[in-house]
Formats: sequence, structure tokens, C-alpha cells
Amino acid sequence: MRHDHIISAKQLSRGDIETVLDHAADIAADPGAFADRHSDTLLGLLFFEPSTRTKMSFTTAMKRLGGDIVDMGSVESSSVKKGESLADTVRVVEGYTDALVLRHPMEGSAKMASEFVDVPLVNAGDGAGQHPTQTLLDLYTIRENAGFEDLTIGIMGDLKYGRTVHSLAHALTTVDARQHFISPESLQLPRSVRYDLHEAGAGIREHTDLDEILPDLDVLYVTRIQAERFPDESEYREVAGQYQIDADTLDAAKDDLTVMHPLPRVDEIAHDVDETTHAQYFQQAHNGVPVRMALLDLMLGGDQ
Amino acid sequence: MSDNDQQLRVSKIQNGTVIDHIAGGQALNVLAILGIDGTSGDSVSVAMNMPSDRLGHKDVVKVEGRELSQDEVDVLSLIAPAATINIIRDYDVVEKRRVERPSVVEGVLECPNHNCITTEAEPVDSRFAVGDDGVRCEYCDTIIRDDLPAHILAE
Ligand SMILES: [Zn+2]
Repeated sequence: MRHDHIISAKQLSRGDIETVLDHAADIAADPGAFADRHSDTLLGLLFFEPSTRTKMSFTTAMKRLGGDIVDMGSVESSSVKKGESLADTVRVVEGYTDALVLRHPMEGSAKMASEFVDVPLVNAGDGAGQHPTQTLLDLYTIRENAGFEDLTIGIMGDLKYGRTVHSLAHALTTVDARQHFISPESLQLPRSVRYDLHEAGAGIREHTDLDEILPDLDVLYVTRIQAERFPDESEYREVAGQYQIDADTLDAAKDDLTVMHPLPRVDEIAHDVDETTHAQYFQQAHNGVPVRMALLDLMLGGDQ
Repeated sequence: MSDNDQQLRVSKIQNGTVIDHIAGGQALNVLAILGIDGTSGDSVSVAMNMPSDRLGHKDVVKVEGRELSQDEVDVLSLIAPAATINIIRDYDVVEKRRVERPSVVEGVLECPNHNCITTEAEPVDSRFAVGDDGVRCEYCDTIIRDDLPAHILAE
């Protein structure tokens, strides 16, 4: 891998993606073989906003590689509360650890932090910006279930604010997937993402109605539409129902359609979908561990 | 009257820089981009909305005692793409420069995204990549297409 820091899915080439996913597959096939791989490694977790799952996933990944973690703890109890800059915090913690994972509520925070440290830094979500490790585990799940060849994927829900969607769209462009975006008009892709996808020559189509495209899809990636994105509750009620799926909805889909979701879900995927062969969202979440193990192993020099 | 005659309305300078052919009304934005706010002691003359054959109306800025660097000049291209830069030594034009669009501008514009890390009290300058039809924050990806002067950082 050419990159010391993993800031954005945009920086990942097709080769980078394949390297991480291949390595993740090797790890998933025989996790025990990697158990002592990084027994001297300490990973610093800097979570400036709560994200229990992502944090647990990184913790598990590091421990499964034989290493350990140091955790800044909650922002309320740290020096950040006293007004320390992010640049200072990362420079201090880099002295304790071999690599850093940063989750921060502001866009561009991971990029800025990476400019102040020499140890590898992984962006675990910067505001509405990027979340590249989520993208890698999404790609892993897509490749396992549908493959990248001749792939048609629909991404549905809040496409405007969903950082997982933005990262994923960049990466899907890199692997030449046909992308269909399904959302209310008010939650369509933001200008910067649209611009990038256009520049990269992506084949994208936008829809307001899932029915138009569902039968063509190999993968349906569902995200949550949040009520607070709408000026008033009634407007939300009006659109939200159109972007919920249940087992009946999927009658119109291909038999081997894969349904994904970054979780947590609320009511956009009914529980009766869980029992169908389409549901892959829990497996998708589990895939976070081998994928993050692979990424950390590669970043920490495990490919030598 | 030619542009040259008009220029005489602003007194000649001995040493420094004359920025000519600034689009009418943009002179103060040019000063802002160059970080000239009058506190440094530079002697600055500004002529605004002078008739121009080429632009209709133009502004002219003369900065006494200071030769602008090519980097500074390039940043001007964001709001004054037609500007010409004359470096003056001993009342003579010793060098004429053109503005060229730089690939990146640092510390000049403020990101309009209030949730961008560059708007916080962090030891980092804003940095925008310059494209064909706008500039883009290198930290949060926000694109500014219109009204660049409104985003010039206050000193
Ligand atoms: Zn920004």
C-alpha cells in the first residue's frame, strides 16, 4: 500500500482496494494465523464523538492481531474539554502509540490531523465527510456476494448527508460499478460528490422511486432517512415510507439480490427481510473486523 | 483617452508594484487578497472605476515600496484574471507580469462550511484547489463557484 494515512476512499486505487480485500479474505479464512502478528503494537483510539460499534470493531481488530489499544475516553473527561486543539492532541498521543484512529465531528479533521503526525492515521469518520474503513468493509461484502464484474448497485436513502454513501460512491466508481441513487429530491447527492463522480466518468443514474430500478439490481444498499433532516414532521412522514422495504417489496428483485445497510437501522428495512437470503447487513457488520485487521496489518508493515 | 492617460490620475511611484486592469470595483478585494490593510506602513493608492477600453471600467492599485511575488500575483487571478502587474524601480517599469491561475491557494479564502476543521482554532491555513470553474476546500471538499470575494479571509 502506498498510503501511510487512510483519509478518504478517494485515495484508494483499484489495486489498493483489491489488496486490502484479498488480505481480509486471507485473515477471515484463518484468523488464528494472524493472532500474534502485532503483539508489540499499540493503537490509539481518538473518538471525539461517540461511535460504540466502530470503536469496538477497531478494538477487536487490533486485539485479534495480538496488539492492544489505548483509548482517549470520552471527550467530556479529556483535555479537549479544556480547549486543547486537535492538532495538539494528536501530536501528544502519537508519542504513546504506533498508529491512530480518529473519529471527529468536523469535516477535514482527519486530513488536518494526519499533517501533524508521523504514525499512520486512519479516518474513522469526519463529520459528514469520509469514512473509508466503512467503505472497505462494504466493498468486501459486495465482492463476497455479488462480485465486482458487471455489478449494478442501488444506493437508497439519505444520499445528501450520509458519509458512508459518499465514500462508497467514490470506491464503486473505482471498480466500475453501475450506480443507481434512489432518494427524495431534497436528499440527493451533494454537489461535490456529483462533480467528482462525473469527473471520474462514473455511470450514475438518479431515481426517486425504487420500483423503477429494483429488478435490475445485484445489490441494494439502504441507509436511514433521519426525521431531523426535514423542516417539518409531516414532510418527513410523506417521504419516509417510500424508502422502506420489506420482504414483499423484494418479490420484484432478482433472487440473488444482496441487501446491505451500514447499521444501525430503524424502520427502513422491516424485520421480515432478515429471514430472507437477501439480508447481508449483519454479515456486513461482522466483516468490519477482518477488513480492519487487514488494513491495520498492511499499514503497520505486515506485507513484508 | 487611452488607458495610459488615465493612469496618470494616480501619481507615479518610485519603487513598488502597479496592478492595472483590475475589474471595476474589485480593488479593495485585491488589497484584501494581498493582505494589505494599511497597517504595515506601505503607501497604497487606489483608483476605482476608471474608464478602460478593454474592461469598460477598471481599478488600479499602486503599492509603494513593495514588489509582489509571483505567488501573490497568481492568487489575484481568482478575482482579477485580466490584471497586469508592473514592477517599478526608480519610476521605470522593469518587469511586466501576467497573472496565472495557481493550482492551490492557501490562507486566502475562508471555507464557507462552518463544520470544516479549517474554520476552527487549529494551527492550519485554509487550502483550496483551484479548478476551471471554482475552488474546492482540500479539507472538507466544499466547492465555491460564485462570489469568491465574499470568502476572502479577514486579516
Ligand atoms: Zn472546508
